[in-house]
Amino acid sequence: MAVQETTYRDALRLALSEAMTADDSVIVMGEEVGRYGGAYGVTRDLIKEFGEERVIDTPISEAAIVGAAVGAAMTGLRPVAELMYVDFIGMTMDQLANQAAKIRYMFGGQIGVPMVLRTQGGTGRSAGAQHSQSLEGYVMHTPGLRLAMPATVEDAYHLLRQSLRQPDPVLFIEHKGLYTMKSTLDPDAEPAPWGKAKVLRDGADLVIVTYSRQVHHALAAAETLASEGIHASVVDLRTLNPLDFDTIRPLVETAGRAMVVSEAVMTCGVAAELSARITEECFDFLEDPVVRVAGEDIPISVSPLLEQNSVPTPDLIVETARKMFA
Amino acid sequence: MKNTTLPELYKDMRRVRTFEERVGELFVRGQSAGSMLHLSIGEESAAVGVCAQMRDGDTFTTHHRGHGIFLARGADPNRMMAEIAGKESGYCAGKGGSMHIADMGLGHLGANAIVGGGIPAVVGAGLSARHRNSGAISVAFFGDGATGQGILYESMNMAALWKLPVMFVCINNQYGMGTRIDQATANPNLHERALAFGLAARTVDGLEVEDVAEAAAGLIDGARAGKPAFLAVDCYRFFGHARKDKSPYRDEAEEAEGRKKDPVLRARDKLISTGLMSEADLDALDARVAEEMDASIDFAVAGKEPQMQSMFRDVYDPSQPEPEPVRTRLDRILAQG
Ligand SMILES: Cc1ncc(C[n+]2csc(CCOP(=O)(O)OP(=O)(O)O)c2C)c(N)n1
Ligand SMILES: [Mg+2]
Repeated sequence: MAVQETTYRDALRLALSEAMTADDSVIVMGEEVGRYGGAYGVTRDLIKEFGEERVIDTPISEAAIVGAAVGAAMTGLRPVAELMYVDFIGMTMDQLANQAAKIRYMFGGQIGVPMVLRTQGGTGRSAGAQHSQSLEGYVMHTPGLRLAMPATVEDAYHLLRQSLRQPDPVLFIEHKGLYTMKSTLDPDAEPAPWGKAKVLRDGADLVIVTYSRQVHHALAAAETLASEGIHASVVDLRTLNPLDFDTIRPLVETAGRAMVVSEAVMTCGVAAELSARITEECFDFLEDPVVRVAGEDIPISVSPLLEQNSVPTPDLIVETARKMFA
Repeated sequence: MKNTTLPELYKDMRRVRTFEERVGELFVRGQSAGSMLHLSIGEESAAVGVCAQMRDGDTFTTHHRGHGIFLARGADPNRMMAEIAGKESGYCAGKGGSMHIADMGLGHLGANAIVGGGIPAVVGAGLSARHRNSGAISVAFFGDGATGQGILYESMNMAALWKLPVMFVCINNQYGMGTRIDQATANPNLHERALAFGLAARTVDGLEVEDVAEAAAGLIDGARAGKPAFLAVDCYRFFGHARKDKSPYRDEAEEAEGRKKDPVLRARDKLISTGLMSEADLDALDARVAEEMDASIDFAVAGKEPQMQSMFRDVYDPSQPEPEPVRTRLDRILAQG
C-alpha cells in the first residue's frame, strides 16, 4: 500500500477494507453501513467490494446489533458492528456491559468476545443533547472492554487494524469533527504498539494529557504557550484501556505540572480518572494540583454558541496554563 | 374536537407543508442550528388527520420528524422556527432545536432524536390520565424505523395489558434513512404486530386526509374507553432523510411515483372538484399561509442568541444551585497557588 494523502474517514475505510480482504471472518454490520455507506461515510462502497453477506444493513435495533456481534464473535467471526452515534450506547448497555465485557470472566476463561464496536461522538454539528455526547467514561468504567479513540489519520488506520487483532471486545470511538481532517498515511509503516501513548510535542514545563479531538486543541494551545515561554508536552493517549501510564509518569515527574483535557463532562469522567492517577502516582513531584479542563457538567445545546462553549477550546487550555504559571 | 371538514383539514395540511418548506429555506440561508432537520413533506395527512381527533388535555410524543404534528396540535410557528434556529425565543430557549422541541402547555411531552425514545412515555401518560380520571389519551407518533426497537413492543404490551387510553401512530413513509421498509422487516404489515398484542389496529392509506381522520376517530374513541390502539399511516418521504441527504439510494422514477401520493394536492383537487372551495379561494388561503410562515422566518432570524450563562440553567430545578462552570472552578483552584 502506497503512502497517501488521505482523510480520517478514508483511513478508517481503508483499514476495514484491508482487514476484510485479509480475513474472511471479518464482517461489518450496522444501520446504514451498506447501501447508504454509513451515516458519516466510513463504510462507503464496502458493500460493493464485499457483498451483502459481509456488509450487513440492519434494522434500527441497537441492542440486537451489539448482541448479535457478541454471538458472532463467540462462534468464529470477527464482527465490526457500528453504532451510528455513541449516544445510543445506552440502548446497547446490557449487551456491552453484562454480556460482551463479562463473558470471558464469568465463564472461567473458556472464550473471549473478539468484536469491535465502532462509533463516533463529540460536539460540532448542532446535533443537540442526544447526538453530541462524549460517553467514553461509561466504557472505561466497565472492566472487560478495551477502548480506542484515534485523534489522527494515522491512528484512524493503525488503531482500527490493531483493534481487529485484539482478543477482547474493543470500543472504537471516532470523533465526528475529525472525519474530513487530512494528513499523510503510510499503511505499511510500523505503527506504535497497541496500548502505547504518543508524545506529540515535547516541553519541560507542563504535561498536557489528552485524546481524540482535544489532541488538536492541546497542540494549538501548546504552540501559543511556547511563544509566551511556557513549554508544554502533549500526550495523545490513543487507547484509554489499556492506559499507558508509563509514558505519562516520567514526563510529569520532570515537569511537575499536569493538565488533563477531555471533551467529556468533567465529573466522574476520563479526566477525573487520569487526574486521580497522576496525583496518586506522582504526588511528590507535583508543584500544582493536576487540573482538569473538561466539558461542562451539562447537556449539549443545539444552539451553536452554547454548544461551542460547553467543551474545552484551545483558548481555555491556554488561559488555564497561564494561570498555572501566574 | 376540532372541525374535521375538508377545508379545515386542508388548511392545516397546507400550514404544515409551507412551514416545512420554510425550514428548508432557513437551512439554505445558513440560519438554522445545524443540518439535522427532518421535513415531514408528504406526511401531512398523518399529522393533521390524527391531531384533528385529539382534544385539549391530550398528550403526545413525537419522533425527529415531528414539526407537522406539533403544528397540527396548535404550535406557534414563530416559536418553532426560532427553536429550529437555536434562538432564545424558541420553545426550548435554543437548547432543544428541531429534534427536541416540546411544549407542555399543548400536551407535547417532547420530540425525540432517539428512534423509539418517546414511545414508552405514553404508557406512563396513559396511567396518569386514568389515575387522575382526566379523560385524556396519550399518543405516540413515530416512524416505521422505530418498529425495529424492542421498546415499542414492550410499550404496546403494557398498554394492552393495562387497558390504557393510549394510541400508537406509526408514520410509515417507507424509509428509515436509506433503508426501505422491506429491507428492514420480513413483514411490513406493521399493524399485525399490534393485533398480536391485543390492541385495536389498522393501516390506512395517507393519500386522503379524510380517511386518516376517520380511522383515527374510531381508534381514539376506543382508546379513550380503554382499548389502546395502533394506526399505521402509509405515505412517502418526499425528500432526503435530513437536509444534506440527496437520496442516492432511490431513483427518480420511484420518487416521482412516490410523490404522486400527495395528500395536500389531493385535498386541494377534491375541494375544487366537489365545489367546496374555488381555486381563487384556495389561492388566497395559500397566500395567507405563506405570509404567516414567511413571518416565522423573520421572527427566527431577528431572534437573539441565548445568553451564555443560560447554558447552566435547567440542568436541575431552578430552586437548586446551577453546576459550577469549569472556568470558575479553575480560577478558584489556581488562585490558591
Ligand atoms: C436509537 C437510534 N438509532 C438510530 C438513529 C439514527 N436515525 C435517526 S432517524 C433514523 C431513521 C428513522 O426512520 P423512521 O423511524 O422511519 O423515521 P423517518 O426518518 O422515516 O421519519 C435513524 C436510523 C437514532 N436517531 N436513534
Ligand atoms: Mg420512515
